[in-house]
Amino acid sequence: MTVLPRPGDPVITPALVAEHGLTPDEYQRLVDMLGRTPTFTELGVVSALWSEHCSYKHSRPLLRTLPTKAPYVLQGPGENAGVIAVGDGLAVAFKIESHNHPSAVEPYQGAATGVGGILRDVFTMGARPIAMLNSLRFGSLDHPRVRYLFAGVVKGIGDYGNSVGVPTIGGEVVFDPAYETNPLVNAMCVGVMHERDLIRAKAEGVGNPIIAVGARTGRDGIHGASFASEDLSHESDAKRPRVQVGDPFTEKLLLEASLELIKSGHIVAIQDMGAAGLTSSSAEMAARGDVGVTIDVTKMPVREEGMTPYEILLSESQERMLVVAKRGHEAQVKEILAKWDLSAEVIGEVIAEPVYRVTEGDRVVAEFPGSRLVTDCPVYHPDARESDTIAALRARDVDAIRERPEERDAAWTLRELLSSPTIASKAWVYRQYDTSVRTNTMLGPGGDAAVLRLRGTRKALAVKTDCNGRYVYLEPRVGGRIAVAEAARNVACTGARPMAITNCLNFGNPKRPEVFFQFREAVGGMAEACETLGTPVTGGNVSLYNESPNGAVFPTPVIGMVGLADDVDHVTRATFQQAGDTIVLLGEPTSELGASEYLARVHNVTAGAPPRCDLQVERRLIDLLLEAIQAGVVSSAHDCSDGGLAVALAECAMADREQRFSATVDLSSWSGISKRAMLFGEAQGRVVVSTDSPARVERIAAARGVPVRRIGIVEAADRPFRIEYAGGQLVAPLEQLASAYHNAIPSIMTRVAVADDALAADAPSTVGS
Amino acid sequence: MKFGVITFPGSNSDEDAFLAITDVLGQEGVKLWHKDHDLRGVDVVILPGGFSYGDYLRAGAIARFSPIMREVVAHADRGGPVVGICNGFQIACEAGLLPGALLRNASLQFVSELCRVRVETTETRFSNQYAPGQILRLPIAHGDGRYTADDATLDRLEQNGQVVFRYVNAKGETDPSADPNGSMRGIAGIVNERGNVLGLMPHPERAAEAIVGSADGVALFESLLAQVGV
Repeated sequence: MTVLPRPGDPVITPALVAEHGLTPDEYQRLVDMLGRTPTFTELGVVSALWSEHCSYKHSRPLLRTLPTKAPYVLQGPGENAGVIAVGDGLAVAFKIESHNHPSAVEPYQGAATGVGGILRDVFTMGARPIAMLNSLRFGSLDHPRVRYLFAGVVKGIGDYGNSVGVPTIGGEVVFDPAYETNPLVNAMCVGVMHERDLIRAKAEGVGNPIIAVGARTGRDGIHGASFASEDLSHESDAKRPRVQVGDPFTEKLLLEASLELIKSGHIVAIQDMGAAGLTSSSAEMAARGDVGVTIDVTKMPVREEGMTPYEILLSESQERMLVVAKRGHEAQVKEILAKWDLSAEVIGEVIAEPVYRVTEGDRVVAEFPGSRLVTDCPVYHPDARESDTIAALRARDVDAIRERPEERDAAWTLRELLSSPTIASKAWVYRQYDTSVRTNTMLGPGGDAAVLRLRGTRKALAVKTDCNGRYVYLEPRVGGRIAVAEAARNVACTGARPMAITNCLNFGNPKRPEVFFQFREAVGGMAEACETLGTPVTGGNVSLYNESPNGAVFPTPVIGMVGLADDVDHVTRATFQQAGDTIVLLGEPTSELGASEYLARVHNVTAGAPPRCDLQVERRLIDLLLEAIQAGVVSSAHDCSDGGLAVALAECAMADREQRFSATVDLSSWSGISKRAMLFGEAQGRVVVSTDSPARVERIAAARGVPVRRIGIVEAADRPFRIEYAGGQLVAPLEQLASAYHNAIPSIMTRVAVADDALAADAPSTVGS
Repeated sequence: MKFGVITFPGSNSDEDAFLAITDVLGQEGVKLWHKDHDLRGVDVVILPGGFSYGDYLRAGAIARFSPIMREVVAHADRGGPVVGICNGFQIACEAGLLPGALLRNASLQFVSELCRVRVETTETRFSNQYAPGQILRLPIAHGDGRYTADDATLDRLEQNGQVVFRYVNAKGETDPSADPNGSMRGIAGIVNERGNVLGLMPHPERAAEAIVGSADGVALFESLLAQVGV
């Protein structure tokens, strides 16, 4: 059909093309594809679909190197969410996604809509969301702007998830100046379904109607996908109107209606209208089904008058879905939506002709051949070269850094670390999240991983997000490996077998060789770890251009790990359970100190090589842990990570406010390791276990070839916390450590009224019930 | 015994209540829809937790106008038992079934935790299976839970034994620091004068199995069963 410029639309000029973020080469590709000058609408469509956010044009070739297969993987990358089978006819859908840029300029709505989007990705697979996790990165809480972002993001996540009724049960919050103006807000959702209810977002069946469902379309969020694909700058605040506004109430209705719709059998496909809205949902569904589609924008239910095709196609108004129904079942679809007070309008249909066509009534305003709109997007292979500065930081001899005078008392150092906001209790955060709704939560936030029972079975699901960006910054391959290994270790500590991951790759501008080097290496490290640990990647999200005038964030490939415990009786806590238990360290202590939280917190130094990560050892450690837990000889198991062994032991003792213990630990026989590496070094592959049968743990460890040491005894809470080492000892009243750990974040956040005031002006008027 | 759980648009603990009734207590559960005009012969009505109508305007303020609420009020007027949990407590107050109101938490933050409440009276049809003074662990999860009423109302509630649950610390004492939302006199749950309508902010239906942290909520429902000797 003939496509003519729409009266009143701007004329296509090089300046307009540049404004849409297309390079001259990309624009030429578009002209070649069409065989003519694009219309303004077509330019808008392509600018969204070929944005980094939608197209993965810099990351795709490397993502293909990740392992994605296992017999239990039902759906790998390329769908709304990954899906694995967990037995008993059940499947688990899960996915992680970033909402960094919106949250940097509008923390409350940015985070809230991030939660909304990832929920929709999971329930459009046919799964009922049962848990949310969040992986958050902020600058130092010393800065008022950071406190404002932190408080706003947490409130946004809470208000949205709480209202929809999905428990937010885990994640991580890390603070480092590297994230000061560019926070990272990654939200993960986990859902459960019967395998038979799995549905994919693939348009099929010529003549089937395409239906827009849910909220009406407004002018909000236009070009959100493009905004997410550029560096943050001083002008970013002016792009606040590109941030969408969420309505969790409509989301809850949409969730119930969608699940009912999927079960009803009246539809063949369903997809969230997320980034790039109607454009990307319709084009992607058509490309997956290898069919043509035609859409009439005048049929779209809109919120405002006079919206152009360009605006309707690119709006990112929230809480909308695109559905392909079975022909003749339109009335039934509308009836289900009406029950939930939601609208459903037929806006187009699946056609045999291989085109992607958009009309405004009778006028064709955009038309692309076949699925080339999706497949013709360029793929880039940028240069990769390590930054000399970072290589020099890694090579620095951190053992030469002198101890501060206060460190003569190792208890001082331990308190410093326990009160570091990255290590300290995050109860201030998760007290604002409903963790108990849906009554599946066995282990909520604050442990190594969160654990949910799988109703109707004996099984339980463990979920965790993890990444140490400082490690990845200093040595990306090792950091990528550790991110996966640590997430797996966390899940195994709760008694679950690590099964599969989703990932959210937060990096800087890929056109800079030093950034692309980090990306390539980190993905390489992750691939190695996923391969060795048997945890394929089932999907995820790439967020590039996390840069501000101060530079790029730490490269942060966040891993969202899902694990399965065969029996709820195996679910194990991180904290000590009874006085008199023997404390056992699994894994090998080393003299490594590089890239540690100790150096960052106590010496303000980000340098040295991160600890080595031997994946074979990690695998054996996981097998050993699971065998010992299943044998019933493990009272508690806690991963040894940020802050090292001393911090891990202190956490085992007092992280649980309701049930505290102390510990007497003796490391005096350890030789050849400095005091601070022994106490605060972050050697990988280590787990602190408490047990009433140490000999049996030792036998299992020996059989698995994992080093094991009895290092102490769990004591009653009124005894001092004590670690002896060659040449001295760390002694502290337990209460003092608990206070450092539990009060750190509340005391910062309540001291400061600025954040609350700023928020009050921002947040909507309801907190809700 | 037949328990009806109402689903308002935005209810999110309706399923939790339904499963506690059916799976854990083995009683008959009926899912009631907000647009209906029929309680379908249930003995007990549960107004569940959640965010009915998004809590827009004010928590519970719109739900009270739902068609089914006319039937719920009539049921209560006949002396039929009603349990309002969290958002359901807010709806019951808005509907005039219970005195007082639930305001924004004193902290201005949503609060979610396993709190402690003390059973203040066992002389109600909702608490007769507890021991007097028993300390319960029940989850709370709300932004608007600060129970508020004028002094005369509060005095009357106390004198009539209408305060059923009060927030306490680990020693079982009332203590402002153990009151998670700033409720007046630490009130977590009350009954109406006639004793057939209970409203409480904590979630007994989410404390029905030890595997999810606490089973202390079960006796609340068992109290209703004991009442009729089921």
